[in-house]
Amino acid sequence: MAMDLKEIESLIKEALPDAKIEIQDLAGDGNHYSATVISSQFAGKSKIQQHKMVYSSLKGKMGNELHALAVKTKEK
Amino acid sequence: MDSQTNELIKNEIKSNEVCLFMKGTPDAPQCGFSMAVTNILKMLEVNFKGVNVLADQNLREGIKVFSDWPTIPQLYVKNEFIGGCDIVKEMYESGELAKLFEDNGIDFKKKN
Repeated sequence: MAMDLKEIESLIKEALPDAKIEIQDLAGDGNHYSATVISSQFAGKSKIQQHKMVYSSLKGKMGNELHALAVKTKEK
Repeated sequence: MDSQTNELIKNEIKSNEVCLFMKGTPDAPQCGFSMAVTNILKMLEVNFKGVNVLADQNLREGIKVFSDWPTIPQLYVKNEFIGGCDIVKEMYESGELAKLFEDNGIDFKKKN
C-alpha cells in the first residue's frame, strides 16, 4: 500500500486551504513521507490539536494506506 | 473498543506516571518511531513503562480510538496524552519535555 505525494498534498490543502505544505518522500518508496504544514488555522491550538487537524485531513488514511508521515506544524 | 481493553488502557496510564504505548519493548523496539521515543526517554533517564501493542491486537486498535490518534507510539505522562513520535521529538529538542517532567515531579537526568 502506498500513497502519492500529490494526493497527500491535495487532501491537506482541501482541509487547510491557506496552508503552505512541503512534502518529502523520505525513502523514495511512496510509503515514508515527511510533511511540514504552515497554516494560520493552527493559531491558538496545541501541537496535539494541530497534528490531529493534519491527520483528519487525510481522512483515515494515516496509519492505513499511509504508513509513515512525519508531521511538523507551524503557525503562519 | 471492548470495555476490557478500555479498562486495561486506563489502568496502565493511571498506574504508570510515564507510559509509552509502543511496537515492541523498550529493550527491543520493533519500529523506528517507537525506538526514537524509547531512546529519548532513555537519554533523559526517565523510568517508564513500555506497553507492547503488538502483543494484543485489541490494544493495538483500541489505543488509537482511546487517544483519537492514528499512529503508534503514544506517550502518556500522568494520565495525559502528550503526543506521538514527532511531537515528543520536538518537545525533547526544545526542552519542553524536560520541563514537563520537572513540572510533574518526575525524576530525570538534567543536562548540565
